[in-house]
Amino acid sequence: MSLPRLENAGIDAWVVRLFDTIDEANMPWLTSFCRQCESVFDDALVDLVPSYTTVLVHYDVMKLDAGDARQRLVRILEGLAPDDVSADAPLKELPVWYDESVGPELARLQAASGLDLDGVIDMHRGRDYRVFALGFAPGYAFMGRLDDPLVVPRLATPRKRVPAGSVAVAERQTAAYPSLSPGGWNLIGRTPVRLFDRQTEGFSLLQVGDRVRFVAIDRDTFVEMGGDVTPVEERSSQSATEDQGDRE
Amino acid sequence: MSGLRVERAGPLTTLQDAGRFGVRRLGATQGGPADLHGWAWSNYLLGNPWNTPALEIVLGNLSLVVERDATLALMGADLQACLDGRPVKPGETFAVREGQYLTFQVPVNGIRAYLAVVGGFVADPVLGSVACVIRDGLGGHDGQGHALASGDRVAFAADDALSADRRLPSPAEVPTINYQEESSLSMVPGAQVAEFTGRSLFTAFHADWHIDDRADRMGVRLAGPSLRSRVTSMISEGIALGAVQVPSDGQPIVLLNDRQTIGGYPRMGTLTPLACSRLAQCQPGQVVRLQPVALGQAQREHHDFLSRFLA
Repeated sequence: MSLPRLENAGIDAWVVRLFDTIDEANMPWLTSFCRQCESVFDDALVDLVPSYTTVLVHYDVMKLDAGDARQRLVRILEGLAPDDVSADAPLKELPVWYDESVGPELARLQAASGLDLDGVIDMHRGRDYRVFALGFAPGYAFMGRLDDPLVVPRLATPRKRVPAGSVAVAERQTAAYPSLSPGGWNLIGRTPVRLFDRQTEGFSLLQVGDRVRFVAIDRDTFVEMGGDVTPVEERSSQSATEDQGDRE
Repeated sequence: MSGLRVERAGPLTTLQDAGRFGVRRLGATQGGPADLHGWAWSNYLLGNPWNTPALEIVLGNLSLVVERDATLALMGADLQACLDGRPVKPGETFAVREGQYLTFQVPVNGIRAYLAVVGGFVADPVLGSVACVIRDGLGGHDGQGHALASGDRVAFAADDALSADRRLPSPAEVPTINYQEESSLSMVPGAQVAEFTGRSLFTAFHADWHIDDRADRMGVRLAGPSLRSRVTSMISEGIALGAVQVPSDGQPIVLLNDRQTIGGYPRMGTLTPLACSRLAQCQPGQVVRLQPVALGQAQREHHDFLSRFLA
């Protein structure tokens, strides 16, 4: 780990920059750092946003000034050890019905990779991914990294309506849409699992640092699990996403 | 429970408490009042504690029917509010009776009015907050992240007795703000500020910035000279309220309450919460300036602001 940097993010937040490049090996450090922040800041902690290489730490200005907060962060960094990934990181399995009706870009991935349909599916489900960050929408998990043949850019024209459960890829990442939303990623299948549920403990099925594996299921199993088989709509010609650099 | 019924819904009226905190790591944004100052004062006028839900009314064209007697307070923008035809000004505390009409017409000063009721409006918290975030489908009067629509009801808390716990502010203490005046927005430099060219930094703090018409609860675009950063895109990271990000077109965007939780554009720094409040009252075309402020000073000022309401 290179030397972390602390950058102010306004009157009540610091960005702690632990790494400079995206790497699955970053995540045990970030999750450990977040847990330490929770215990060291205790009720002076307002929010934490871990993401790929950084953690945004939002603290309560009525309880701490910027210097105090900084000192606490430095203390945490000095004693930081990564989480033990081999034992602790939960492996979550996400069932996916890979089918062109719900994953119209399977064809695009075949063309780009030179693989046949089964080859694309086998490669996508053939390895574990790590959750780097959640963002774009509640429960939307950015996972990586994809194997080289599956790397394709985002769609030139995003869809206005991507159905809930859609499993998608873009560049070196993969994700699943928790709810109906606009989106510009390549759709390759659909999961029947609820990814974000306000009634469930923790709310989001996927959390930063999780290991995730996609498991192929057939149409009958998908339906049995409550999946919606409605095909993906044709793409419209107009973008609905507001580009704030933090699109999905 | 009853309170207000919406007869005609304006462009955007939402229920807001202080915001949704502790779940940003799940991708849920903070929401809360875009003008924290106006929202906080609306509750303070009635003796309501911090975090009490109040209505954020944008631009007006709203008609509400009172379904239960209560005491309300109005703060923030002047949207030509009238109670059965009698004008109600920002800063006023006023009694309403069942059957009366409270209407909002067009903005004459600012764009966001805050309507509070003794004890607060009642809604079930979602992920710990009633803050309405439409994009996330969370919070608000119905829990589903919807703005008020015609026919909707929003309930008053059961207890409508004015709190005697503390002295209520006298009319002279209530601030009046001319939101149309050119304002200077305090920004704490930070983040990627060192990546901006010297000329861009000079320009940022000396140019007139025009409020673009692409302005909402997610963010406000500022139109003016183009700013240049040596980095054009970054690995996405957590974004604080008020972050001033500069995409490749060089036109800054100030990110407000409903911003996405992470983002990947270079940032010059972060507006203070009160500067965000001020910005959120600006109409498209208005002019603002950016002014650098030291972290320590900005933090003390916000601490002082909050102290009044949290005492």
